[in-house]
Amino acid sequence: MTVTHRLTRIAFGLSFGLAFACAQAATTVTVASFPSFDEAVKAAIPLYKKARPDVEIKLVSLAFGDHHNAMTTALATGTNLPDVMAVEVGFIGKFAESGGLEDLSKAPYNAAQYRTKFAKFTFPQAMGGVGNVAAMPADIGPGALFYRKDLLEKAGISEADLTKSWDSFLESGKKLKASSGAYLLSNAVDLKDIYIRTGLKDGEGIYFDSKGKVLVNSPRFEKAFALAKAARTAGIDAKIAAWSPEWSEGFKRNQVATQMMGAWLAGHFAQWLAPNTKGNWRSAQLPNGGFASWGGSFYAIPKAAANKKEAWEFIKFMTLNKEMQIEAFRKLDAFPALVEAQNDPFLDQPIEFLGGQKARQLWKVAADKIPAVAVDKFDGTAQDIVNAELDKVLEQNKDIKTALADAQTQIEKRVRRKK
Amino acid sequence: MSVTSSDSPAASELAVSPPRRRRKLQAWEWAPYLFISPFFILFLVFGLFPLLFSMWLAFQTWDPSTGLQGMEWVGIENFKFVLEDDWFQKSLYNTFWIAIVSGLPQHLVAIPLAYFAHTYLRKHRNTVVGVYFLPFITSTVAIALVWNSLFSRDYGVINMALTSIGNLSIAGMHPLAWLFPTSNVDWAQPQYTKWMISSLVFWRYVGWNTVLYLSALQTIPRDLYEAATIDGATSRQQFWHITVPLLRPMMFFAVTLTIIGNLQLFEEPFIITGGTGGINQAGKTAAMHMYNTAFVDSDFGTASAVAWILFLIIGLMTWANNKFFAQKD
Repeated sequence: MTVTHRLTRIAFGLSFGLAFACAQAATTVTVASFPSFDEAVKAAIPLYKKARPDVEIKLVSLAFGDHHNAMTTALATGTNLPDVMAVEVGFIGKFAESGGLEDLSKAPYNAAQYRTKFAKFTFPQAMGGVGNVAAMPADIGPGALFYRKDLLEKAGISEADLTKSWDSFLESGKKLKASSGAYLLSNAVDLKDIYIRTGLKDGEGIYFDSKGKVLVNSPRFEKAFALAKAARTAGIDAKIAAWSPEWSEGFKRNQVATQMMGAWLAGHFAQWLAPNTKGNWRSAQLPNGGFASWGGSFYAIPKAAANKKEAWEFIKFMTLNKEMQIEAFRKLDAFPALVEAQNDPFLDQPIEFLGGQKARQLWKVAADKIPAVAVDKFDGTAQDIVNAELDKVLEQNKDIKTALADAQTQIEKRVRRKK
Repeated sequence: MSVTSSDSPAASELAVSPPRRRRKLQAWEWAPYLFISPFFILFLVFGLFPLLFSMWLAFQTWDPSTGLQGMEWVGIENFKFVLEDDWFQKSLYNTFWIAIVSGLPQHLVAIPLAYFAHTYLRKHRNTVVGVYFLPFITSTVAIALVWNSLFSRDYGVINMALTSIGNLSIAGMHPLAWLFPTSNVDWAQPQYTKWMISSLVFWRYVGWNTVLYLSALQTIPRDLYEAATIDGATSRQQFWHITVPLLRPMMFFAVTLTIIGNLQLFEEPFIITGGTGGINQAGKTAAMHMYNTAFVDSDFGTASAVAWILFLIIGLMTWANNKFFAQKD
């Protein structure tokens, strides 16, 4: 008994001592993130170690959906929160309005002074309703039109035909379909998604205005729905949902000739969507002079975080440090939110997959012109309802005006407690 | 007993009043509670607490990202909203539709199948039953992915098979074109969604029910069949007059499980429809509606109300099932 007792005591003593020693040697900053955004943190760890040998960065990474669900739960209970929380743009509205994140505009952070250093549309996304800044922007997704140069040339269609106006875009689609049987679009829904995002004024939301009024029953949505319907009627979309197995097959088998999405799609194309079509793709600005953003990621500090000071230092390193922003750009093609990093020579390098096109220049132009769209915590709900109504318009010939009126009623009903 | 009574200093007063002082518990007295405690601790943390918490939540409005202090009492407003909600009604309709279309055939196939395996298969019985049971223990995600690629519109095997039959050409004629499709079918259309989910659920659980019925068949005494044979009963008569009545308790159990499982159906429709419920919400079940209310709309209060209404419906159906199977005894 005595021997075991003594042993236990020694073991306890040792582990306490060790824990204490560890605590003394390094402050640990926990970062919660998701793939592939977590690659930026992985790339940062050795660099940060050089700058701050006394700080240990611990990365906890979960799949995209799991990460945001886990963060929601952690915010709910105020436990198991990381020091630094990665937030994707689809969730930033919800989290920024929750009140569970530090207001970075206040001391000691004073983040408002950095606002002009970032692409102008990023800060409004990270702001909650009461003027708080909930997160710092890390990367952005300027919208781009990717097209198959070879397929379109064969059908006698030029880039200008695609981008000039929506009418000429639809006409090009008909021409392509008639000459080669290929589809211009994977899904007509994409047209709606672009149209509702373009032409917004700074500060206006996609689905809600600043007072929380639902904006769905409006000419903007009407035109967007009509555009999608026109593409479907013309038979120029393959009726494939993005990210489905058919989506990738459509590109690989030369069945789909364009795709509009964030600039980061080029990386997905090259890696898994359609590596066999290398060199045949080009990037252009969105049709009809539109600019929109797809995706984007942020870093935030939970109010209940253990180590806010070091967390803030690390966030500044990830977002305000030019070298780090460019490192992430090179490593995972995350377009930097920091304007300074957008002037790096890396932007002038040709992209092999796009046939040597210097497309990053193009994306920078887009990034400058994207309006500052306000996000809302109910954007997800509104988006689901609008998509469901568009499905009815496209698949079941529902009248557009009725569909939008129904969508408006549904959204108003489901966000009944919106203040 | 002698040990405990001698331990107590107040033994002489025992007859008058119980001892006030706590006597020391011996290891054999508290050890059983210690050994059984893991279940109760886990049940309290992961079973009872969430249950009571969700009941409390059903009367609140709560967006979880605001933290616990963000809760606000709203009374029965959540329940009123859910019961009047056309989306909930639709999801409930879908749930019952799928539950019946996938559930009924499960038993109508499993019972004869188990009878067949029990009566006619000897050497290969376990292999055959094992093959039927395999879908039950396979990951839902893997199954749904395979299902999705089978039913893929442009590149799926199902469409390939159907259209090749439809386009079968004999002397320039298409004799089967009236029965089979000649161009690819879009299985994502709402008229197919529920059928697709039902067929998946049926395929997945028919093996499980077969195993249940097979185990019940094995408990039926052989001499009943022997006596029936001597009396000149055919094997069909034996099935209807011996097997079916004696299977009744297992039928009750298996049908109860099917009712509970099918009314809580979530994974299969969620993955097949990509989480949205499909066009016009044709494949959205009540459990999916609850999930979306919680995790898309961030409305955990209303989602809890959905959960409790669903619980009441399941309880009611189970009770009705109990009545149905008990009445003829």
